[in-house]
Amino acid sequence: MNLLEVKNLTVSFHSGPKPVVAVDNLSFSIQPGETVAVVGESGSGKTTAALALTRLTPPPPTCTLQGKVLWQDGTDLLTCSNSLLRQARGGKVAYIFQEPSTSLNPVFSVGFQIAEALRLHQPNLPNTSDEVTRLLGLVGIRQPELRARDYPHQLSGGMQQRAMIAMALACQPKLLVADEPTTALDVTIQAQILDLLRELRQKLGMSVLLITHNFGIVANFADRVLVMLEGKLVEEGPVKQILRSPQHPYTKALLDCIPRLGQKTKRLASIDRATLVAK
Amino acid sequence: MAADIVRALLRRPAGLISACLLILLYGAALFAPFLSPSIPSAQNLQRTYHPPTALIWQNGRLCVQRYKLVDPSTASYQPLPDEAIPLQWFSKGVSYKFLGLIPADRHLFTIPTSDPIYLLGSDATGRDVFTRLLYGAGISLSIGLIGVALTSFLGLTIGGLAGYLGGWPDTLAMRLTEFLMAVPGLYLLLALRAALSSRFPSDATFLLIVVILSALGWAGTARVVRGLVLSLRERPFILAANILGQRPWTILFRHLLPNTFSYLIVAATLSVPGYILGEAALSFLGLGIQEPASSWGLMLGQAQDIKIFMLNFWWLLTPGLAIILTVIAFNLLGDALRDAVDPKFRLPGR
Repeated sequence: MNLLEVKNLTVSFHSGPKPVVAVDNLSFSIQPGETVAVVGESGSGKTTAALALTRLTPPPPTCTLQGKVLWQDGTDLLTCSNSLLRQARGGKVAYIFQEPSTSLNPVFSVGFQIAEALRLHQPNLPNTSDEVTRLLGLVGIRQPELRARDYPHQLSGGMQQRAMIAMALACQPKLLVADEPTTALDVTIQAQILDLLRELRQKLGMSVLLITHNFGIVANFADRVLVMLEGKLVEEGPVKQILRSPQHPYTKALLDCIPRLGQKTKRLASIDRATLVAK
Repeated sequence: MAADIVRALLRRPAGLISACLLILLYGAALFAPFLSPSIPSAQNLQRTYHPPTALIWQNGRLCVQRYKLVDPSTASYQPLPDEAIPLQWFSKGVSYKFLGLIPADRHLFTIPTSDPIYLLGSDATGRDVFTRLLYGAGISLSIGLIGVALTSFLGLTIGGLAGYLGGWPDTLAMRLTEFLMAVPGLYLLLALRAALSSRFPSDATFLLIVVILSALGWAGTARVVRGLVLSLRERPFILAANILGQRPWTILFRHLLPNTFSYLIVAATLSVPGYILGEAALSFLGLGIQEPASSWGLMLGQAQDIKIFMLNFWWLLTPGLAIILTVIAFNLLGDALRDAVDPKFRLPGR
């Protein structure tokens, strides 16, 4: 049974003279507890596809969505009512972004914002502030009861990212969409955040949709990989298979681009898009 | 959250001083009938342009010096050397209604005889300037608050909605603000004053004019709030709020508008003096408060007499000092509030 099934999702923007198709006929599915990585270069439609899952793209006529996004229980998130959609946002699918510093509201304390998510998705909780402390502790923030009173600018980038994860977890989602969760962080924090996500994934049994550029993360973290190019899905498969024997020339080119330690090359391989798109 | 802001405000010297000064001023306005020894319309034509009476310490009691009129043409008074009347504290005097509701007749201080007490001298008809200053404070100070409250409320709601909704509500609101900004305010005011003066008493007319003025004045606030909301709504934390599944109205009122408060509170406190000065200007022109009611602008207007400057009746200019103090206090408060409202500038310590 799929947790989420995306069928022929097409996202097009109509702000210019010609419509821009950002996501073209994308189909994939996510199993419960599975981690799926989406890779591709900038502008290949990864983030747009993730946002389109819960209709977070700009409203029509600027942006139109076609296809189906079927949840486990059979609801189509692209056509369901607004109240169902609000429940799905956060409750079923939660997001964390690459820029934690701008994703937190600067005028409220971190604890207040997590409490807001709790009140929205777990209204029957007897003591919200205890739960806020517990969540902040769960994502590995020391002295959580003190940090809950801090404003976003008082936290470091890594702590802000953890706070964002805590906020996403407060909704108890079935699917966590992590949109380049470690891009804005340095390597040590990156590793901590990934360990944390891995641990939480096991503890809470969430599925994760990971959007990334970084094949290192993909190899360590994901079960399955989707490769996107110009809004289209060009290759799909288990991580090991894709990394060992990529089939599509774009995937091969992407893998060739990765610099290897100790290997002496004059130039890094680059992707010749003209020939790729022609194929 | 409000408690945090107040604490952060009072920790700044400028905030503390201005807050104390404003509390003092508004307190004086509120308790004007109790604090003043007389009523603002009580005339004494034998005692015009009386200088401030001296308070002297005699026989262990605070006493009021008595004066004798020496020359009525130059209004010169001379203190009577051995005649001083002890002050009575919390004594009965002229009856009044506290807050317009509770009948009372106690005053902070009076004297048993019928001699007047002129703490800040008297004006052309022998009325006590101190009493009129206290009574006038009520009108002058409340006008600013009413005006600003209305302007901020309208500007925040309309500007916020226009920016957040976009599309035709935005266009409609912006064309409306452009129209309102094009209306010449002073001429409208002159016309309104002329049209309404026969139907209402002077203070009611004045209140009406302030309401109308602020109904015209929200346009500027609305435009700025709209601009702020337009830029804020594209920020990722608004997307994050959407992602949590917040309702659009909750996002507007709980996430967007609080981010405009640091601007709005400062703009509001800084425009309070504008209304106070506006009232002063209107009363000075004879358009605002009319006799026998008193306001600071009216008192200043009546002090514009060559005789007053030639004979140095400085006490008639004290309403000007009161206006200066109020305006400075509000400006300081606005400055300190800006720092207090923004979490980034809040001083350390919880």
